[in-house]
Amino acid sequence: MQDYIIELRGITKSFGDKEVLGHIDLSIKPKEFITLLGPSGCGKTTTLRIIGGFEQSTKGDLYFEGERINEVPPFKRQINTVFQRYALFPHINVFENIAFGLKIKKMEEFLIEEKVKEMLKLVNLVGFEKRKINSLSGGQQQRIAIARALVNEPRVLLLDEPLGALDLKLRKEMQIELKKIQQRVGITFIYVTHDQEEALTMSDRVIVMSEGEIQQIGNPEDIYNEPVNRFVADFIGEGNIVDGIMVKDFEVKIEEQLFTCVDKGFEENELIEVLVRPEDIDIVKEEEGMLKGNVRSVVFKGVHYEMEIKDDNGFVWMVHSTDMAKKGERVGLFIEPDAIHIMKKVG
Amino acid sequence: MNKKWLSIPYALWSLIFSIIPIIIITIYSFCKRSPYGKIIYEFTLDNYKQFLEPIYLNVLWRSILLAAISTTACLVIGYPMAMIISKTSIKKRNVLIMLFVVPLWTNFLLRTYAWMVLLRDQGAINQFLIYLGIIKEPLQLLYNPGAVVMGMVYNFLPFMVLPIYSVLSKMDNSLVEAAQDLGATSGEVFRKVIFPLSMPGVVSGLIMVFMPAVSTFVISDLLGGGQTVLLGNLIQNQFLVARNWQFGSAISMIMMVLILIAIRISSKYQDEEGGGLW
Ligand SMILES: Nc1ncnc2c1ncn2[C@@H]1O[C@H](COP(=O)(O)OP(=O)(O)OP(=O)(O)O)[C@@H](O)[C@H]1O
Ligand SMILES: [Mg+2]
Repeated sequence: MQDYIIELRGITKSFGDKEVLGHIDLSIKPKEFITLLGPSGCGKTTTLRIIGGFEQSTKGDLYFEGERINEVPPFKRQINTVFQRYALFPHINVFENIAFGLKIKKMEEFLIEEKVKEMLKLVNLVGFEKRKINSLSGGQQQRIAIARALVNEPRVLLLDEPLGALDLKLRKEMQIELKKIQQRVGITFIYVTHDQEEALTMSDRVIVMSEGEIQQIGNPEDIYNEPVNRFVADFIGEGNIVDGIMVKDFEVKIEEQLFTCVDKGFEENELIEVLVRPEDIDIVKEEEGMLKGNVRSVVFKGVHYEMEIKDDNGFVWMVHSTDMAKKGERVGLFIEPDAIHIMKKVG
Repeated sequence: MNKKWLSIPYALWSLIFSIIPIIIITIYSFCKRSPYGKIIYEFTLDNYKQFLEPIYLNVLWRSILLAAISTTACLVIGYPMAMIISKTSIKKRNVLIMLFVVPLWTNFLLRTYAWMVLLRDQGAINQFLIYLGIIKEPLQLLYNPGAVVMGMVYNFLPFMVLPIYSVLSKMDNSLVEAAQDLGATSGEVFRKVIFPLSMPGVVSGLIMVFMPAVSTFVISDLLGGGQTVLLGNLIQNQFLVARNWQFGSAISMIMMVLILIAIRISSKYQDEEGGGLW
């Protein structure tokens, strides 16, 4: 048994002289739900297409269970794909769509029928066999696309923004359903999305990409709580990112004030960036605050208030809190040591 | 309101140049003929009965056969061409399409005469083969059904290629990738996905080639040298030589029905999404 089912080693990809992927290293464990997350155009689809065999990498090696498969054509890979816009065959019905792969493998009729039934049950669409594809709703098409891929019992399933076309409510439902399906069938899912919330709720591990480079790989908590740089911090959730100086281990200077933190291992007086999540800042009385400032705006967001507070050095903090301050009021800000995340400065 | 107004010229056009002539022909085809060939406005089915004579049925059969052969040949040659064009890069694609369209700008007669020059006994092809020593006597390339079929294929091929090309170039490539992803080899991808999805284009192409092929008289006249009489020649003869407008009209009606039936049958195979020219 191999430790990794899929490995990318030093994969690069250029279209013409435009480099789209620059040196991707990635190892994926069996049965893992792994998500490629990044803004539009950062190379997520390209990475997926290289794994699926629809695109050849310019440099680097791709391994499937330790075997190099760079030159293996898609139809010989034990990998199936759920395409960005489903790509269901419009000229045949639901049954024939799901049975497509099995018929190619020349499986016996009665077995095909059994397996298709099973799949329809799995995706909650029993009785849809005879329906035409264009008579289905987006969510139903999406589930047929998953069934069509899963029925082949692939070792790895690639999903390219499968929920992108659905409305918010359906999207949430399908997220839960997809996760359930993955756990039930126990295969590796490589999932692509540019929705950070989706990535964080569904994945075992998240890969944050930007401009063809991997920025960070980690489980959702790590990615959220310990972003390695400004890009990841900015992309994942909302945050206050402010310049700082790492005076010494466990002590950081932000906005001319010294704060205790939980990070170490930086050089003395190294210039760094600090991330503080808006929900990690407490509003206190002015004299009790580590920083003091004026409330610039207050917006009620349903559960909490979103406030902008400009400190006396001029930085504007975004704060989420259930306590409300009044606009124009002077308040203090209090930040716990473990709410301060130190990041290497880039560029 | 405005839109309706815009369609008036078109309606007028089709009224004057299609509908009225069809009505006239329909009436003529049911009229009696005076001994001197004048039209007597009395109802009769004689013109249609006359068509049931073996020599005319033979012409009908030959027309359908040659048209079917040419249409099939166009499909066999045209489909791969359409595929090749749809796969090339945009720049080269326009050049290739131009290569198809430019000959259409030259006169139809001129193009057909050009083939006569090539196929004659002293024509380029025979001369070349004799020069190579492959043959001693010139081959009879002209004035036979083969030459007629060749002329039809040459002239009507673009009508097959263009609609198929138009469907293929619009086809979502992710469908092809999905089929490959599910284990289909390139042959299976073609049989199970590309070809069925291109049916609207194929059907359009079949109709667009079959229609002119079954009704042509110029090609059979020039390349067939009067040896190969087709429906078109028959109609032309009846109107211009025999001066039997009634019988000519009846044959025209029969041909029209034939074409309508062909369209009817083929439109069944046309996808409701369309994508062809109809
Ligand atoms: N076939 C191609 N030829 C040229 N450039 C391409 C091709 N495919 C992708 N690109 C370019 O590669 C870059 C990455 O594209 P990719 O589709 O991988 O992005 P993505 O992360 O999936 O974005 P999105 O979230 O919008 O789907 C883009 O700048 C895109 O324009
Ligand atoms: Mg994409």
